[in-house]
Amino acid sequence: MRLAPTVATETVLSLRAASFGYGDRPVLADADLVVHPGEVVAVLGPNGAGKSTLMKGILGLNELVSGSVTLFGIPSTEFHDRARMGYVPQRHTLSATVRATAEEIVASGRLPRLGWLGRMRATDRQIVARALDVVGLADRAATEVSTLSGGQQRRVLIARALASQPDVLIMDEPTAGVDAASQHVLAAVLERLASRAVTMVIVTHEIGALKRLFTRVVVVDSGRIQFDGTPQQYSTAQGGAHRDHDDHDMHHHDDDELDSEGGVVPRGPLDQLRGHHGWSA
Amino acid sequence: MSDLLTIDFMQRALIAALLVGTVAPMVGIFLVQRRLSLIGDGMGHVALAGVAIGLVTGQGPVLTALVAAVIAAVVIELLRDRGRTNGDVALAVIFYGGIAAGVVIISKAPDGTPANLTKYLFGSILTTQRDDLYVFAALAAVISVTTWALRPRLFAVANDEEYARAVGLPVLALNIVLAVLTAATVVIAMRVVGLLLISALMIVPNAAAQLIARSFSSGVRWAVAFGLVSAVGGVAVSYPLNTPSGGTIVLVAVAIFIVTAAVAAIITRVGQLRHAVAESHDHEHGLECGHLAVPHGDHVDYVHDGHRHAPHEGHYDEHGHDERAGSSNGPVDGAAETTGTRRS
Ligand SMILES: [Zn+2]
Ligand SMILES: [Zn+2]
Ligand SMILES: [Zn+2]
Ligand SMILES: [Zn+2]
Repeated sequence: MRLAPTVATETVLSLRAASFGYGDRPVLADADLVVHPGEVVAVLGPNGAGKSTLMKGILGLNELVSGSVTLFGIPSTEFHDRARMGYVPQRHTLSATVRATAEEIVASGRLPRLGWLGRMRATDRQIVARALDVVGLADRAATEVSTLSGGQQRRVLIARALASQPDVLIMDEPTAGVDAASQHVLAAVLERLASRAVTMVIVTHEIGALKRLFTRVVVVDSGRIQFDGTPQQYSTAQGGAHRDHDDHDMHHHDDDELDSEGGVVPRGPLDQLRGHHGWSA
Repeated sequence: MSDLLTIDFMQRALIAALLVGTVAPMVGIFLVQRRLSLIGDGMGHVALAGVAIGLVTGQGPVLTALVAAVIAAVVIELLRDRGRTNGDVALAVIFYGGIAAGVVIISKAPDGTPANLTKYLFGSILTTQRDDLYVFAALAAVISVTTWALRPRLFAVANDEEYARAVGLPVLALNIVLAVLTAATVVIAMRVVGLLLISALMIVPNAAAQLIARSFSSGVRWAVAFGLVSAVGGVAVSYPLNTPSGGTIVLVAVAIFIVTAAVAAIITRVGQLRHAVAESHDHEHGLECGHLAVPHGDHVDYVHDGHRHAPHEGHYDEHGHDERAGSSNGPVDGAAETTGTRRS
């Protein structure tokens, strides 16, 4: 790999010729993918191309038809410490069948660390409060989630994943269906996480809003991994023909705009991090 | 009321009502959350078969009903988990099979009369035996302790089952526990509420509570309060009116639901009148947003272009004007002032 030798040799996840799906009809076939600590990986591709299948396969929600999945060096069939996997599902709205506050939802993310009967202790509550703080919702902790905006609900789900103090965040379309102002805040939250060296795998159908976040781009199409490389290599491979499309996705999220707002989050550390990891800028 | 309490069967019925009124909404909220509001109804059907077997064989019908309902509960959850077969149809087969078997078997019992059947289906204050009460009290204690201990986990699984699976919570085990809790609740309720109406006491108080609750925990508290009032009130009223207790209890619960809906509508209207929303606000205030944060009652206002903005639900409220840039606790003008009532 292109990683500098200073990076820990442990892999976060590793797929070898992995096929996921149902029975003898794999939706995603023959996938090879290794993710190292500190990487922020974009999984791109059109809807229905297999990128959600890839993500759910990693999480153990889809059947592994053939090949192997290794999580933190342990074969997935023997991997039981699933609290290390932070999952942020795609939800346009949080389940509205019963009322619940943002804090109650985020607290449920702490449970994987508590065992069968453990109760929340003071430290657990602090971790929950901090998770809400990281996503900028500390002052909405007691707010009923169905009254929050779509982008705020998405951030509640990110906080829920953070509450288990995971070693990797796996997100499904975090910016889809979210209005421009909220996308801006979401991007800032994700950059804040990246600057803290949180490993992330982000499934998205558009790279636009999160462009500067990624250290690596994986493209899934027609049930195969078609491309795996740096964002620079990706841009080059895209060529001029697709540039219009990218610009279209970006129109609310120019880099200037991200920097101008008095800096919701300072951006420096992310770039430094990339430097440490030996990615050419 | 003091007259009522001196009558032996009335005492027993009121105690049974107290137990079931507390326990049924506690379990029911998770059924509402999982969109399984009618599953308690189905388990009541199966419990009837258990009652019938008890009457025919001379066993206590409470015990046989409990066994039948628990077996059905576990089978249903396993079917739901496998998911490949048509779970919906499988449930229908189990439920209708249960009530049909109940009706047929009960006709072979020594005292198998239609009147007897009605008591079990719709509840009667006359049927609660002293021995039953001990069993009900023990079951109610087990149900409430289990529900309390597992509440955060049951909440997490019912809220987002896929997420719970991904992070390694024991989803199937928790769902089976909930199903068994539901089955046990059905059995406690079969004397005073009746097997056909028990589901209502699990669901209707929760439906009313959800109209006014602003969190999961307050939803549970309101539902238990409504459940208690419905069950105890229904039993108390059914005696002088000479009506079946189950139907009376459920009618009280429905009345509470209607009154609560009216009150909630009024509260919402008043709330809209006394609070002003900041229009077209596409900036998100926070620790590092650069706007001055001013303490105001139990919350913080952000000074934003001469206005004080307070986070509320998915938007910002106008909390008056403030032209200063320095820190201050000065008076705030403006009709939208809500003096520390961050409505929750
Ligand atoms: Zn601000
Ligand atoms: Zn205020
Ligand atoms: Zn503002
Ligand atoms: Zn408001």
